[in-house]
Amino acid sequence: MRYLPLTPGDRQSMMQRVGVAGIDELFADIPADKLLRAPLDLPRAKSELEVSRMLGALAGKNVAASAVPFFVGAGAYKHHVPASVDHLIQRSEFLTSYTPYQPEIAQGTLQCLFEFQTQAACLTAMEVANASMYDGSTGTAEAVLMAHRITRRSKAVLSGGLHPHYADVVRTVSHMARDEVVSLPPDARASEDIIARIDNDTSCVVVQNPDFFGNLRDLAAIADACHAHGALLIAVFTEAVSLGLVTPPGDMGADIVAGEGQSIGNALSFGGPYVGLFATRRKYVRQMPGRLCGQTVDSEGRRGFVLTLSTREQHIRREKATSNICTNSGLCALAFTIHMTLLGEAGLKRLARVNHANAVKLADMLARVANVEVLNDSFFNEFTIRVKGDAAGVIEKLAAGGVLGGVPVSRLLPGAGLDDLIVVANTEVNTDEDREAFVSALQGVR
Amino acid sequence: MLNNQGRPTAPSEAPRRARKTFTSNRALQIEEALIFEIGDACVTGVDIDEPAPFQPRLGAHERTSAIGLPGLSEPETMRHYVRLSQKNYAIDSGPYPLGSCTMKHNPRLNEQMARLPGFGDVHPLQPQSTVQGALELIDRLAHYLMTLTGTHAVAMSPKAGAHGEMCGMMAIRAALEARGESRTRNVVLVPDSAHGTNPATAALIGFDVRAVPARDDGTLSLEAVKAALAPDVAAIMITNPNTCGLFERDVVAIAEAVRAAGAYFYCDGANFNAIVGKTRPGDLGVDAMHINLHKTFSTPHGGGGPGAGPVVLSERLAPFAPVPFVRRSGGAFSLVEHARGGQAFGRVTAFHGQMGMFVRALSYMLSHGSDGMRQASEDAVLNANYVRVCLSDAMSPAFGERACMHEALFDDEWLKGTGLTTLDFAKAMIDEGYHPMTVYFPLIVHGAMLIEPTESESRASLDLFIMALRDLALAAKRGDTERFTGAPRFAPRGRLDETRAARDPVLRWTPKKPVDEPKTVE
Amino acid sequence: MSEVRYTKDHEYVRVDGDTGTVGITDYAQKTLGDVVFVELPEVGKAFVSGEQAAVVESVKAASEVYAPVSGAVVAVNSALETSPGAVNEDATGAGWFFRIKLANAGELGGLMDESAYQAFLKTLD
Repeated sequence: MRYLPLTPGDRQSMMQRVGVAGIDELFADIPADKLLRAPLDLPRAKSELEVSRMLGALAGKNVAASAVPFFVGAGAYKHHVPASVDHLIQRSEFLTSYTPYQPEIAQGTLQCLFEFQTQAACLTAMEVANASMYDGSTGTAEAVLMAHRITRRSKAVLSGGLHPHYADVVRTVSHMARDEVVSLPPDARASEDIIARIDNDTSCVVVQNPDFFGNLRDLAAIADACHAHGALLIAVFTEAVSLGLVTPPGDMGADIVAGEGQSIGNALSFGGPYVGLFATRRKYVRQMPGRLCGQTVDSEGRRGFVLTLSTREQHIRREKATSNICTNSGLCALAFTIHMTLLGEAGLKRLARVNHANAVKLADMLARVANVEVLNDSFFNEFTIRVKGDAAGVIEKLAAGGVLGGVPVSRLLPGAGLDDLIVVANTEVNTDEDREAFVSALQGVR
Repeated sequence: MLNNQGRPTAPSEAPRRARKTFTSNRALQIEEALIFEIGDACVTGVDIDEPAPFQPRLGAHERTSAIGLPGLSEPETMRHYVRLSQKNYAIDSGPYPLGSCTMKHNPRLNEQMARLPGFGDVHPLQPQSTVQGALELIDRLAHYLMTLTGTHAVAMSPKAGAHGEMCGMMAIRAALEARGESRTRNVVLVPDSAHGTNPATAALIGFDVRAVPARDDGTLSLEAVKAALAPDVAAIMITNPNTCGLFERDVVAIAEAVRAAGAYFYCDGANFNAIVGKTRPGDLGVDAMHINLHKTFSTPHGGGGPGAGPVVLSERLAPFAPVPFVRRSGGAFSLVEHARGGQAFGRVTAFHGQMGMFVRALSYMLSHGSDGMRQASEDAVLNANYVRVCLSDAMSPAFGERACMHEALFDDEWLKGTGLTTLDFAKAMIDEGYHPMTVYFPLIVHGAMLIEPTESESRASLDLFIMALRDLALAAKRGDTERFTGAPRFAPRGRLDETRAARDPVLRWTPKKPVDEPKTVE
Repeated sequence: MSEVRYTKDHEYVRVDGDTGTVGITDYAQKTLGDVVFVELPEVGKAFVSGEQAAVVESVKAASEVYAPVSGAVVAVNSALETSPGAVNEDATGAGWFFRIKLANAGELGGLMDESAYQAFLKTLD
């Protein structure tokens, strides 16, 4: 077995040294009738060649995003990731190191986290950010719990424009924690009156921008209403690139920001692993979940970094911890940081403009297709269209024709009466040919 | 032909003493500033063409403020992050014997497989007809996990171990709700030897935590559990093998007592690497157990994540598994994404879980096979016991001669009188080229040192490790304290001031404030 | 004249008339290590003796501080918010946590006096 260095001779002499005649003597605490005497009924060891053939065959059954005109978004986005990003994150020292508990020999990871925290804070225009969450959805649920701790209230109000999976995660966690959730109905036109739902029992309001349907929202008035009632505004985003062009949550009065960072540096990977961005105001930092990296000095007075404020965390606080989180999404956060460093402010803004320009182009093309209506007044790189009849069927037919044309809203919101809607994303990877292929395929469906 | 340039041919005879350098660099150890100090907001390392003029559709929502993000060209970016990487210890550079963390070798085949476009470049919401291979992979991994654990179902979507724990405890809450007992059963028993996530998880979803005293070796006695089992108990959370590296001898009887009392048995699977292919948690009476794919099944730790924490479930918890899950019918696979009509307790994350980790874990399992996985556990246990025995006269094993599972626990009894602490010993290991073991955990052992060598260490590597630790132990005992208290000396940084970091937290870079105008003295 | 009483959790209360000044003992601050954060109660909040009233944190530990006597908080030492190190430097002086108006002076009888506390510390090592 290529991964196991001990030879049969090593095992024999080591057992002798340990003082056992057979390996099962070391498993003597396992009740005899529960000890397995032979390998389980699964295939035996395989060579690297055999494994790569088997997994290659499985991978071959999937349609890769780069292989077709591709317009699927709704919370995960196809972007170009520079080759150097993936090379750097595969360096052994990043890939095969653990959480930086011994800071003297983990300054690489720690400094990257410090850069990540700063980038996340700048991007969201917030004061502080943590070293990442699992993803945007779990970060949103953690943000709600954090708001409850700060306000000592237990009611969250969710916008109908919040990604349906995110809303489901918040509802699941809240149900278990016996907290109240008010969910506004899904709202493709962003016309909901969420301010009317805020009262003096409200802990927080959760609003996504751009919302699930692609609409851009003004959060400032909602923030004011929240604060007037002693509640907090939680701003959510699923498309980090949008922050290069769209008013950031910190400029609109958000108290906590939870978002998905996959778009920058990370592959689609069928839904994970991704990286959650989580930012807040400095005064709430002790109520924040997750790891935090802080600056300090070493014994010789040189600048260095450590994990800090760890008394918030489970390994010290146990049942009084702010969260049960141990891992963050370190390597995905590193990919984010490297890609963001390559982009810089100038590159990010240009990337965002290209995304928006492409989406505007596509929206204009689709608006000219008979029986297709673009619902959004405003959007970044994603918008919602109404088609005639069953959107899921339309998407299947497009797929059969080699075009992945977006996400039917009914896939995430079945039974909501939105069966004729499709959420369509358009990024820098889409060419004019892709857009033409999409439009002509859509015309062909009817 | 002759050495006409006058090149020296022998090493200099000047003594080699550390001295300060102009750059503060030390040869291969190169100081590196923050990107905010070396980058520029106008610089970019990505070539993107400006779009042709168009009419924006942003409404009144255009960002007007500066972002403050510096950029670097590609060569500068490469150098910056390569230099930073060189300040990290890693499994690929040496033993990483962190107890309870299972830092085993990360096969590179796994990385290559996860990056196949058919896995890495597919979107979670593509039509299911276009991702049949991805769904089949999840289904096959689920089959492996259920077979290895002897369980009936598995929730694949949790993103990490602690997230899996939360998912498992939610399934228990849902089962209690279905029984109409969720209000009356609100207590979770947690041994005081448990990992901190266990009580944190239980509290997070509204359970009250009741501690159960463990024996001195961290294991539970049937009597202590029975005494704690009351009608208000929802579940017990046990780590097995436990945090002291010992297998719970009474686990089957404890499981039976828990079940008889109407409660559920949650097992923390962090230490599963000790028993893969040797025993099945389902056979021991476990109702739910998360599996850290990043520990047992070799997906990389990545400096602290991402992980993956699927949860296997017993027959009585299986109906409550959250969405989504994969259903197989004939040769076709489908995703069940909504709980409608079923008993699924909800959803714990967007999309379907850590696909990238699923590919890596299955690649590991296929490579090892059922024979290799069993052998890996046996080697992990043998390596730990070898370390334990070879250090038992130099240090103090926490439980005398008792054999351990995959990690060997020492206390600081042997340091008494030396004036040195466990932390000093750990920091001195750094100078010897080793990542320290887990220290001060588990909490129930004073000055704990928990060594988990894993199956990835060769005999030669173990022998050198043992000799190095014996040498350090001898130095400690003969009073060579200077080797410890100033350690580490050869790391990129000396000991860091954590008090300063916590008292006045600096959590981000901020631009230096412009220097104030000198005030006029009145 | 003020008198000082101690709990087994290493809180002290220095009584002046009907007010008690509460903090942690020198032994407690040494055991905790460098204090980095203190969470203080709100002024006006009433506690029953033995109830958690504050939290004190070092880099590696967080510890609850319990009200040694019942009563309402009349003042807190907000200087600790910016200089928690005062707990280490002067635990029984500048490092005090809060002042409480005694609801029941009789409770003091259940606490240790200086010599009893010193004797108690000797039993700990």
